[in-house]
Order: sequence, then structure tokens, then C-alpha cells
Amino acid sequence: MSFMPVILWSDALVFLLLAACAAVTWYVRRQEHLLLPWRRVAQSGVAMVSLLVLSLFLLVGGLDTLHYRVALQDKNGGQTVYSPEVLSVFDKLVEPLRLHTEKTYSAPLAVTLYAKESITDAQGRVVREYPRLQYGGAHLSDAAQRDGDVAKRAAIGALVGLLLAGVFCVAWARCLPARGEAGGGQFCPPYRSMLVIAALIGMTANLAAVYHVLGTDKVGQDVLYLALKSIRTGLIIGTVTTLVTLPLALFLGVAAGYFRGWVDDVIQYVYTVLSSIPSVLLIAAAVLMMQVTIDTHPDWFDTAASRADLRLVFLCLILGMTSWTGLCRLLRGETLKLREMEYIQAAQSFGVSSLRILSRHIMPNVMHIILIALVMDFSALVLAEAVLSYVGVGVDPSMISFGTMINGARLEMAREPMVWWALAAAFGFMLVLVLAANLFADAVRDAFDPRLNRT
Amino acid sequence: MSLFGNSIFARTIRALMIAYLIRRILYAIPILIGVNLLTFALFFVVNTPDDMARMQLGVKRVTPEAIEKWKLQRGYDKPMMINSAAASIGKLTDTIFWQKSASMFVLDFGYSDDGRSISREIATRMGPSLAIALPTFLIGLIIYVSFALLMTLFRATALDIAGVALCVLLMSISGLFYIIGGQFLISKLWHLVPISGYDGGLNSFKFVVLPIAIGVIGGIGSSSRWYRTIFLEEIGKDYARTARAKGLSELRVLFTHVLKNAMIPILTGVVVVIPLLFMGSLLTESFFGIPGLGSYTIDAINAQDFSVVRAMVFLGSLLYIVGLILTDVSYTMVDPRVRLQ
Repeated sequence: MSFMPVILWSDALVFLLLAACAAVTWYVRRQEHLLLPWRRVAQSGVAMVSLLVLSLFLLVGGLDTLHYRVALQDKNGGQTVYSPEVLSVFDKLVEPLRLHTEKTYSAPLAVTLYAKESITDAQGRVVREYPRLQYGGAHLSDAAQRDGDVAKRAAIGALVGLLLAGVFCVAWARCLPARGEAGGGQFCPPYRSMLVIAALIGMTANLAAVYHVLGTDKVGQDVLYLALKSIRTGLIIGTVTTLVTLPLALFLGVAAGYFRGWVDDVIQYVYTVLSSIPSVLLIAAAVLMMQVTIDTHPDWFDTAASRADLRLVFLCLILGMTSWTGLCRLLRGETLKLREMEYIQAAQSFGVSSLRILSRHIMPNVMHIILIALVMDFSALVLAEAVLSYVGVGVDPSMISFGTMINGARLEMAREPMVWWALAAAFGFMLVLVLAANLFADAVRDAFDPRLNRT
Repeated sequence: MSLFGNSIFARTIRALMIAYLIRRILYAIPILIGVNLLTFALFFVVNTPDDMARMQLGVKRVTPEAIEKWKLQRGYDKPMMINSAAASIGKLTDTIFWQKSASMFVLDFGYSDDGRSISREIATRMGPSLAIALPTFLIGLIIYVSFALLMTLFRATALDIAGVALCVLLMSISGLFYIIGGQFLISKLWHLVPISGYDGGLNSFKFVVLPIAIGVIGGIGSSSRWYRTIFLEEIGKDYARTARAKGLSELRVLFTHVLKNAMIPILTGVVVVIPLLFMGSLLTESFFGIPGLGSYTIDAINAQDFSVVRAMVFLGSLLYIVGLILTDVSYTMVDPRVRLQ
């Protein structure tokens, strides 16, 4: 089966981002003074556990970013025709989750639907019964065997997960001491949480093969699959947003602080105007206008996915437009302080050009502010996405995200009997992601903030 | 004003204050013009009225006549900035920019798509918005500051660490969860208050109590942590050490010295949002069916009523700028070192 790789706009931005991260990592590794704060981060147990959780989320999001389109069976006059559906490597990995859709709601780990239906039984009588699911627990001949089967599968999955993680931990611990002594830091990898998480993942994976671990939603889609797919949207909103507008904030903030005078006045005016519009309203207005543009140009997009994706990228841009002003103000203030320093004055008196002073002496000294702003904004943006999608100015309704999940499941709480699992899954995944990001951000801020005195 | 009697000193202060206020208001005008131009560009230049008409009428079944009729009904059939067909001053005033954008400076917001006056709608909807937003703000402020003071008092103990952990946990939960969870628990399961709705006068109490409680709880995490940071920064300063060295109790140091000196950073964050309370909260109002400005905005967004959204953007920035001026004025009240120049 042949396929065609697809690079959506957001994919391209993510690849760019990854390349930038790799370049920065490569650079920082060779500079001991830049490495020092990261060593402090590595010494914090909480930070390492949250980093572990975050990297799992990043893994899912990353796999979900490699998109492709499958070639269709019937050829159109010798030319290969590709399916209009854009899939990702992650979709392929969890194919059973994606394809095993039931008729409608079913509870987590259930073997029957959530509502009774009229079924004709073997004797030809019509009875009101909970029909068995097409896929969930289909290997069981009797629904009563479910509890035992679930327990057995969970135990086996957890054991396998534990075993694999244990082997990994031992191997890692073997090769770690050599590096630990050289660095002098007391880096302690979060072995215990690694084992716990591995057991959880093993358990879920083993159960998900034959059950709907988090149930199914109104159209029968697996909620676990939806929640996992939402991760990419959340991650992109959280990271791309700050990064697309970072150059703007950095350049304008530093220029305003360094040159002062009319440059400062103009830049201050621009960001005061932008920041004086309440952000939700500015986002709403901009998104409404973007919708008009997208709707009047349907010919721009060859697939539904590319339209939804462009809307996501625009949303990132708009969110960035409303949030760069804060960072710009911070950078301006810091540059105002820095430009009075002796070493800047020395450089000026030696006749070093302004551009060089900015790039060599000022930019490196405001990097910690940028890093702190980046990690602190991340969690707020993930939370904002859900709210904006609820308001109707978020991601495209066809794009799977925490916001669209919550929006779709909102009225299910009022249903009788209540359907709680879709909401619980969206909020649960979001809580884990945001909590890990918050804890990691705190550790990074503590390590990089020069105002905190350390002994 | 009779604080200083009618001495020369008091009169000078008053004159300085008025001059300062006038200067601040003059500063605000270019910013409002900028906001106005920005919204104009966003709503009329990025997409022309033709695009909007096509979108609202449906892309498929649209005729040039239908577009013209749509534009005529809403007054979008004029030229953008300069009307060369009109006479003398009409060249500037008989345009979309003048009639739709510049008129907002005198709070003339025009009409919404269903033909109602937006200004009147705003006036009637401010009440319900305030009934939720003002108590949430006041109760919230008291609770957040007290919680932060408590954490500062027990700083570096298990209580403080637990408090910070609680804050981080609370701020990691989506605001939607508090609302959905609160409605489910209090209204659906325990039937204590109605799920949503609003009523005038004292009857409104049972409708507003849950939104207020949820609003306060939703803000505990980030706000308390922020106030705690401010207090911790102040408590490490020399004057606090001196006060302690004089033999003052820790409570006294905290309440009479630290709290007073922390007023400037607190006011910076707090005063600016007071005028914005009029705008209400989008989420709370739409979930609880409060007929305030927040739900008005949400309805307008969902119905793609551009004139209402435009009016709200302008009103929001106007109130924000009022908040900035109030913040500056409040500085001069709490800190005599802040000069009026």
C-alpha cells in the first residue's frame, strides 16, 4: 500500500520548532555556564517527574504530527488517487482504537451499549435488552466473565509494563554513574514514577486492545482515542503560539528599551493599543474575521484537514498577537536596566555597533526572561484553548481537541442516566498535562530567575 | 476633599491632581483612536462588507442584488474612508468609517442585526453582569489576600508547602470544570439552587450565589499564589527586619508593615480590572443564563453579529483605559512618594 506524506502548516511549524530545540540543546551542552541552571532543574525530583509525563505527551503529539494520505485501491486512469482522509503515524499505531466505533454511548470497559434497545432473540421474540457491543469485549461469550477478564488483562499488562521499565531503569542506572561523577550534580532519575507510569500504560494498552477503556461517545468513537488525539492540538496551541510571536516581542522589546526616544514611543503605543483590548474580545473578533476569509475561499484547501489545520495556525497567531505585549513590556524594562550597565557603556565607547551590542550583549542576558515566559504561558494557553472552543472562537469543530470534546460532552451531564466519561477524560488528560507543565515551569523559573538568592 | 481642610497645601494638591488627571485622559485619546482604527481594519478591510454579506447569506445561494440589499439594510453600502460623491464635509462623514467606527467615540454603537439599539442593550445588561462580577471580585479579593497572608505567616512550614501545592493544583484545573462540576453537584445532585436563570431584585440571590462561589473558587489558585509572591518579596526587605528587631510580633509586622507596602503591586493588578467588571464574564454568564453583557457577547459571536462584537471590543478597551487611569490615581493615594508630575 503506497502513501503520500503530507506536511500541514502546523506540522511544518512543529518541525521548525524541534529543529530549533535541537540546535539550542546542542549549543547549551557545550557551554558550562548555560548548562548550570539546567543542572539545577535536573536536581529537582518534581521537575523530573513532570518532565517524564510531559515527554510522554510530547511523544504522542509528535507521532500524531507525521501525517500521510493512503493511496486508494481503484486507480484513475493509471494515476494514483489518494484518500482525502489525512492520517498520522499515531493513527496507524492505534488503528483498532480509531476503527472500532460502536453505535453510540457505552460506559468505560463495558461490553454492552448504555441504553436498552429492541432486539429480536433466537426464538423470534422482541425484547428490550442492552445490546452487546460490536468490538468492546467481543471475545467474551458471556458478559458475566467481564470482571475476571478485565482484572486478568490489567494484571498482565501492568506486569509486562513493569518488567520492560525495570529492564530500562537497570540499564540506565548502569551507564549513569560515569556521567554523574563528571557533572558533579546529584541527578536522580525518577525511577519510581517511571515504573508506575509504565505499569499504567501497559495496563491501558492491554485493556484497550479489546475494550473501550474510557467508553465511547455519542457516535460511538472511542473516548481514549479522542483524548489522545487532543494532545497534539493542546501542545501546538501551547508552544507554537508563543514561538510565532517570539521574534516580534524580542525584537521590538529590546529595540524599545535600547534606542528609547521615538522608537520607544512608537513601540509602546503599538503594544498599549493591542493590550488595551480585552484579549477574549480581540480573539473573538479576529477569529470571526478569519472564519469569513476561510469561508469565502473554499478553493484554498484540498482536504478538510488542511482547512482545520490552517485555522489552528491562525488561532495560534491570533492568540500570540494578544499575548506578546506582556513579554515585550518585560523585555523593554530589562533592556532599559541593562543598557546602563558598565559593560554596555564600555562596548559603546569602543565603538561597537548597536546591532552587535544588541545581539552579543543584550539578547543573551534577556534569554532567561523569554524561557520563563515560554514555560509559564504554556499551561495558560492549553487551558485557554478549551475555553475559546467552548465560546465558539477556538479550533475548527472538526478538529479533535480538549475544547471540542468538552463542548460536545457538555450537555451529556444533563442526560438521564448521565454520561460522564467523555467529560472526565477530557478534564483528566488536561489536568495531567497542565499540572505537569506548571510544576516543570516552576522548577525552570526557580533555576533561571536571578532574583532568587541561592545559598 | 476636606481631608486637609482648605489650606493652601490642600488646594495645591487638588490643582496638581486635576492637571494630572487631564494629562492622563489626553494620553488615553490616541490609544482609543488606535483601537478604533484597529477594529475598523479588522472588521472592514481584512474582509470587505461583500465578504461578510456572502458569509451571512450563505456562500452558495447568493446574488449581487441580495448582497446589495444586505449592505443597504445595515448601512454598509457607503465608501470606506472618503466619499467623493458627497458634498463638502459629507466627503468624510458619509462613509462607513465615520458612521460605523468614529461614532463609537460618543458611545453611539448603532443597531444589532435584530434591529435593537446596542447602547440600550448595554445599559440594561450591565446590571446583571455587575450583580455577579462585583461580589465575585470583592469576596475573591478578601479570600485570596487572607489565604496568601496565612501562607506568608507560616512560610517555609508544611502548611505553606501544602498551600502552594493546593494553589498549583487548583490553577491546573480548567475553569470549565469548576462551572460544570459546580452546576452538577450543587444544582443537579443536591438541588440547592436553580441550575441557571436570573431574576431582578432580591429574588436574584438564589441565581447569583452559585456563579459567585464558583468564580471565587476558580481564581484561588493563581491569585493567592501571586499575592503570596508579593508578600514574600516584601517580608524579606530591610524594613520588615527592622520592625522585627524592634520586637514587634510577626502578626503586626505582616499586617501593619508588609500589607501596607505591598499595596502598590496589589493595586497594579486589582484596580485595572474594576471598570472591566461591567463587561461581565463570558463563560459564567453563558453557563448560568445570566442576561448580562458576557452572554450578550457570546450570543453575538455565535450569531456572527459583527456590529455587537465591534461595540464590545471598543467598550472593553475604553473601560480598560479608565482602569489604567484609576490605577495611577490610586497610586497617588496610597503612596505619597508617587509624584503627580
